[in-house]
Amino acid sequence: MKDLDSIIEQVEQRFGEAVEASDRPFGDAVLTVGRTRVRDVLSHLKEQGFDLLLDIGGVDGLHLGRRERFELVYNLYALESDLRLRVKVFVPESDMTVPTVSDLWMSANWAEREAYDMFGFVFAGHPNLVRILCHREFVGHALRKDYPIMKGQWATGTSDLRPDLERE
Amino acid sequence: MGVKGIPVTKHETGLITTRLDEVIRWGRKNSLWPLPFGTACCAIEFMGAVSSVFDISRFGAELVRFSPRQSDLLLVAGTINYKLGPVLKRIYDQMCEPRYVISMGACACSGGFYDNYATIQGIDQIIPVDVFIPGCPPRPDAVLDAVVKLQEMIDKEPQRRPRQPERERERPR
Amino acid sequence: MAGNEHIDPNELESAGPVREEPAAAREADIADETSLDDLDVEPMYINIGPTHPATHGTFRVFCKLDGERIAKAAVEIGYLHRGFEKTVETKTYALVIPYTDRLNYCSGLVNNVGYCKAVERLLGVTITPRTEIIRVIICEIQRIMDHLICVGANLVDIGALTNFWYFFNAREKLNDVLEALTGARLTYSYVRVGGLAWDLPKGFEQNVREALKTVPKAIRDVEGLVKKNRIFVDRARDIGAIGAADAVSYGFTGPCLRASGVNHDLRRKKPYYHYDEFDFDVVIGERGDVYDRVFVRVEEMKQSLRIVEQALKILPGGPINIDDKNVVLPEKQRVYSSMEELINHFKLIIEGVKVPPGEVYDAIEAPNGELGFYIVSDGSGKPYRIKVRPPCFYLMNGLKKLIEGHMVADIVAILAGLNIIAGELDR
Repeated sequence: MKDLDSIIEQVEQRFGEAVEASDRPFGDAVLTVGRTRVRDVLSHLKEQGFDLLLDIGGVDGLHLGRRERFELVYNLYALESDLRLRVKVFVPESDMTVPTVSDLWMSANWAEREAYDMFGFVFAGHPNLVRILCHREFVGHALRKDYPIMKGQWATGTSDLRPDLERE
Repeated sequence: MGVKGIPVTKHETGLITTRLDEVIRWGRKNSLWPLPFGTACCAIEFMGAVSSVFDISRFGAELVRFSPRQSDLLLVAGTINYKLGPVLKRIYDQMCEPRYVISMGACACSGGFYDNYATIQGIDQIIPVDVFIPGCPPRPDAVLDAVVKLQEMIDKEPQRRPRQPERERERPR
Repeated sequence: MAGNEHIDPNELESAGPVREEPAAAREADIADETSLDDLDVEPMYINIGPTHPATHGTFRVFCKLDGERIAKAAVEIGYLHRGFEKTVETKTYALVIPYTDRLNYCSGLVNNVGYCKAVERLLGVTITPRTEIIRVIICEIQRIMDHLICVGANLVDIGALTNFWYFFNAREKLNDVLEALTGARLTYSYVRVGGLAWDLPKGFEQNVREALKTVPKAIRDVEGLVKKNRIFVDRARDIGAIGAADAVSYGFTGPCLRASGVNHDLRRKKPYYHYDEFDFDVVIGERGDVYDRVFVRVEEMKQSLRIVEQALKILPGGPINIDDKNVVLPEKQRVYSSMEELINHFKLIIEGVKVPPGEVYDAIEAPNGELGFYIVSDGSGKPYRIKVRPPCFYLMNGLKKLIEGHMVADIVAILAGLNIIAGELDR
């Protein structure tokens, strides 16, 4: 039974400067990791027992004054040891590519599609990165702070799903 | 049968004579077969209206038919968003005349409190609506009230309904 | 006449080659049929939804069929995407509560409780003991109601209509109790940040006990009809089975994960609101098929009845709302008579509860799984970002794996067993 502190220490030792910060707001454990090594950190955490990826959320920090505009939050849970951990990645607006983790956890498949649909993160290596909540003729990314909330976009029909069948 | 002013004569032989309009209207209003286009919470309240506690079958609207070819009342219950709009239009187009539309709930009437990029602000932007039911969600009693109102409307219309004009879609803001 | 020979019957029997020929020809036919490789077969595509009587909610399943079996499937959602997460960024914390109601509209109060719990954690306040127990009671009643709808709808889709009416009857009785409490039938919005909207009405406990008496009877009736029914077992056993490791990888939580044999229940793992003091069992299945999912939910209803009984016994007295004027609205009589309270009321309504900046993720055990809220606050009275972790979204993600290989009729049984509520799926 490992505890969270030892796991975080191990990650910090192994990945060095890729781990940018680690703190405990409100009792949750949050690790901030650099964008290039995030996949390595996450697969290491998966080996340490974090087998349930609860959620992948995006945040547009346009008005929060952080160093990069976008943030991607991975919410992890270890079933055996009952530990929760959040891994944050800061993503700049100029280059929103993030490596996919949909081969590590199957739940990442749709979670990443939603992050792409709502914010525009491009997950490199995702088997089927198309819009999931908005219709496929939608232009723009709805949850960004500069997308006007009242701007609706008509769809002309339903989409052809035959290409989706072949992809995952 | 028996709207004031329309002659309905019952003879001693047991026959009833009346006008053709009258009989057609009577048949139409007392056998409205709904197509529940239920998307969200209002669909659960519609299920309550069909259940035995509120009982919509008293008004003849018991047979829910999920095919547009077999129904004459399109009951839109729930939020319609831009992704579902073309589907709704297509289902409406597939229905045969006479067809009636009841828009149930605040979201179907006007977008509800979802005034944003995803929700159509009222289905009357794409299809013509006969009765609007406000409420979020409306009680099943309100659905029964709407069916009765629709029956009263049917009583007043001519036998051959005028063809509804094609809706010109309002551009979203 | 020529050819009019006398035929000896004994000679007929030895007419071997004449009889063998048809058999040989038949074998050649069968040999032709078994070589399907040279048959010109086109795949058949079938589209189910988005409006379909058997899909509870609007989503679309597009299948490529090989005969009656599904070779490949693609699931499309988003037909009820209402922009919850964008809309709540423009509202104050209290105004978000009706929006959360409409997430999983079959159990609206549970969403309210989950949201308010997350905001209270961000605020750093502890609610009063009476409120905690009342929240437990209403959450468990909602759990029973949600399972009643889910199992009833699941059985209707398989063809067993009577059970739906039995369960709906019980649900209407419980709905009457909640209507007397909150004033609304489906979208209750009863819970507030820092407490509840108002206290329990007189006779609430008795009404709850009366209404809950209908539930065991309904469960007994349905179990008698369905549990050992040959048809139901054939249609539900080993259909849509998923193992524990796969279920965890797909992000399943709640009854569907427990049906696959994983012991995970937030009420036991991370107890909140005195759940560690209640005596109840966590129901775990074996094979993760449709049968297990249905009966895990039925057993969970029985456990929820136990919890409500225990909670009603220990319900303490005391105030409903916390004593913090920055969070809770003052009493109406004071608002109309005292200037300070009037200004406090005004500020709380117009600007909202001022939540300190930070981010928190908090989850509760909703009837469908782990419902989580990730709230980012920038210090003002409006949330900066609320991300909902919907349990149905991840269950739907796994649908593709569950239906491939099964027949078209099984799609309906599997889908209904997952309890997909489109409001939560698409937000």
